Amino acid sequence: MSSQTGQSNLPSQRVDVNDPRLSRFDIVREGARRDDIEIVHYEPQVAPGTKAERRLVRTVAGFFLLTGLAATAFLAIYIWWPWEYEPGRGGDKLYTPLLGVTLGVALLGIGFGILTWGKKLLPKEVSIQDRHEGAPPAEDQRITGETMAYMADELGVKRRPLLGVSLLAGLLPVGAVAAAPLVGGLISDPHKDDQMLTTGFAPRDGQKIRLVREDGRPIRPADISAGGQITVFPGVEHGVSNRYADSPTLLIHLREDDAVESRRANERAGHGGYMWGNYAAYSKVCTHAGCPASLYEQQTNRLLCPCHQSQFLITDNAKPIFGPASRRLPQLPIEVDAEGYFVATSDYTEAVGPDFWERP
Amino acid sequence: MKRRKFDVAAVPGNTARAVDDRFQVATPLRRLLNKVFPDHWSFLLGEIALFSFIVLLLTGVFLTFFFEPAMTEVIYNGSYAPLRGTPMSAAYASTLDISFDVRGGLIMRQMHHWAALLFMAAIVVHMLRVFFTGAFRKPRETNWIIGSLLFWVGFLAGFTGYSLPDDGLSGTGLRIASAIMLSIPVIGSWVTAAVFNGEFPGTIIISRFFIAHVLLIPGLLVALITVHLGLVFKQKHTQWPGPGRTNGNVVGERMFPRYAIKQGGFFMVVFGVIALMGGLFQINPVWLFGPYEAWVVSAASQPDWYVMFLDGSTRLMPDWEITIPIGEGYVIPPLFWPTVVLPGILVAISLLYPFMEARHLKDYRSHNLLQRPRDVPFRTGLGVMALTFYVILTLSGANDVIADKFQISLNAMTWAGRIGLLLLPPLAYYVTYRICLGLQQHDREVLAHGVETGIIRRLPDGRFVEVHQPLGAGDGHGELDYAGWVVPKKMNRLGALGPAIRGFFYPIERPAEAPVSPGHPPVEPRPEREEITSGENRP
Repeated sequence: MSSQTGQSNLPSQRVDVNDPRLSRFDIVREGARRDDIEIVHYEPQVAPGTKAERRLVRTVAGFFLLTGLAATAFLAIYIWWPWEYEPGRGGDKLYTPLLGVTLGVALLGIGFGILTWGKKLLPKEVSIQDRHEGAPPAEDQRITGETMAYMADELGVKRRPLLGVSLLAGLLPVGAVAAAPLVGGLISDPHKDDQMLTTGFAPRDGQKIRLVREDGRPIRPADISAGGQITVFPGVEHGVSNRYADSPTLLIHLREDDAVESRRANERAGHGGYMWGNYAAYSKVCTHAGCPASLYEQQTNRLLCPCHQSQFLITDNAKPIFGPASRRLPQLPIEVDAEGYFVATSDYTEAVGPDFWERP
Repeated sequence: MKRRKFDVAAVPGNTARAVDDRFQVATPLRRLLNKVFPDHWSFLLGEIALFSFIVLLLTGVFLTFFFEPAMTEVIYNGSYAPLRGTPMSAAYASTLDISFDVRGGLIMRQMHHWAALLFMAAIVVHMLRVFFTGAFRKPRETNWIIGSLLFWVGFLAGFTGYSLPDDGLSGTGLRIASAIMLSIPVIGSWVTAAVFNGEFPGTIIISRFFIAHVLLIPGLLVALITVHLGLVFKQKHTQWPGPGRTNGNVVGERMFPRYAIKQGGFFMVVFGVIALMGGLFQINPVWLFGPYEAWVVSAASQPDWYVMFLDGSTRLMPDWEITIPIGEGYVIPPLFWPTVVLPGILVAISLLYPFMEARHLKDYRSHNLLQRPRDVPFRTGLGVMALTFYVILTLSGANDVIADKFQISLNAMTWAGRIGLLLLPPLAYYVTYRICLGLQQHDREVLAHGVETGIIRRLPDGRFVEVHQPLGAGDGHGELDYAGWVVPKKMNRLGALGPAIRGFFYPIERPAEAPVSPGHPPVEPRPEREEITSGENRP
């Protein structure tokens, strides 16, 4: 095969394409041959004028007409169907599905029409093309290699080393200049204002921060029944917002026997006095990946994070007992102020949220 | 030259000639029109990814006209009544507007999301095809590497896009992403602070993700896809073995018209299917999740499917924390291993695999013929092993939903995942290996002894034997060599039986069509050199 292709470029072996006796297909085939492609099998699938051909033509035309119909329907629906949202079961709920169906049918109509045309009406063919693959002739590789080596010779960097060294010394800083604004602009000190270790509960001006609900109202002990829990936030400006994403805390009113057990565990963990009565507050931000650990199982006193199923035993100072979390949920020391509302005695005494390298 | 009347029919020809006189395009255009592509259904999987990407670009441009990538707090006042009066970010509010206040916006959003899911799915399935058939071997290692990178860049595109609406679900995903960055030893907190400009969530992450999602990542994708297709074009597509097919040729159809028409039709079909999905199947109904609030999450919060394997690996990871007692003490959180190290290993293995296999087999030749998975049991075994690993991780990413729906203990699901992740992949390797050998053996057996005919013959001594139809020479001794392609195993496949009635589940079994059929040559064979040079063609 390769010996044939090698010769096929000689003009003497070519078919004269201006020969009037040649059919158009003959010219096509000759063109293919000049690209080392041999059409070895070419067979019409349907004979012209037959019933089969007419049926296929009708099918293809049917698909195209279906497209036209569906596209028109799409436009009509797009323009006239009531689309604006209204509560309840309005006609607007059908707007998107109807658009999808009409658009989908329109596109599928073109698709199937074209496919039927191409697959059923066009002649079947098998062509064979040479790959001309494998390593190029070693001679070419050598010539190109030598040309490039010669360019290096012409520049003469080897003989004039100073040029190379000085170019490098000049260009390296330029590269750094390109990177500097981006890197420098993005860098931001993670330890600025001790931000990784402080939350909204840090006392301000000696004032202890109140625990508030989502609507901003402070909380009295009597507001939570035994066994109940509530998500609380620092009672500061924007305390109930993502600006204090580290601060959401779970305030739990433990039942009497659980509270006794809890107090004992707290003392073991060095958190004696963090509870107020039978109330304990733990960070809601999971120490694993930072999701809110918000599923509290009252019967077992377990707190489950729904993201990766870490489970924390509240009565054992929120120790992780299952799943990928490796660190206790930090406990917020709480007390009740003179007006009878919960306040944070101090900020969290350890880092809140997911773990990191230099966490103290 | 004689002056003639203006001839309309000659305009295209004259224009073409005028163009070619100036740009000399006739020869390259002929090469392009004639280029031969082999055909097989499995070669179309990559196309699905390409076509979904085009739909992504089209719908994505539409969405940018209405999306506001800002985290400024606004009070929602659009038409979706349940959320009216709620404070939320401008990004979330504009996503609601696209869904409710832009005419036809919701279907664009949903088509964009479905196209993204389809894009990633098609990439994965295409990658499996390339792997199991050995299409990544020399000379196509570069394209394998680009393909693997496309998966990961697509992954980033998906994640950044998914985060943009700033809804309850995506905000939680973003928080996990920040925790993952935070878990990197030494530089973790600096990386996170650089990305979020301070502590999570900050006020700038959405606009940074936006520019990454609409400019940087798509630019990279377009570049990679261009090189990917260019290399397929330059190196020519692989083909299955078969009669007339060799390592040095391509047997198929010329690119125009039939192959191109089929491609065009297929694009419209993919586009149409995405339109149907975007209209009929709800996806990511952000208005149900509410705006992102750091303290709100619900059970069954799953990411998009292609991220689920990382979620799964994170769930299965035991709570192994490494503390380094230097100075004040440092920690490597358990989150680091399944979310940073594991993907790193997966990337490295997938990029290096073609070279590792070539080294292992000491096979440095070029391969243009594909291999059937059964013929390379160790590779097929490794592939199924990797697939098992991936599927277990993905299922574990939804283990809370499985536990809930099937009333299984959640902790039992986690433990099953942990144990399964270690035990099942090797088992899958062994089973696959044996199945491959069995299939090989059966092919050889049919080639040696023929196809079972279902005809029982009684011998004079009373034994019953089944008559076999030999595939080789008619004398009954022609043993055929295995040629790396499907061996017919039923009489129907040999065309020995009459036309069957079309079944409900199975199409009619036809004799396997030979790619090059010497039986009927409607085109006369290429004439010998002498005939052409003899000048017969000249009058």
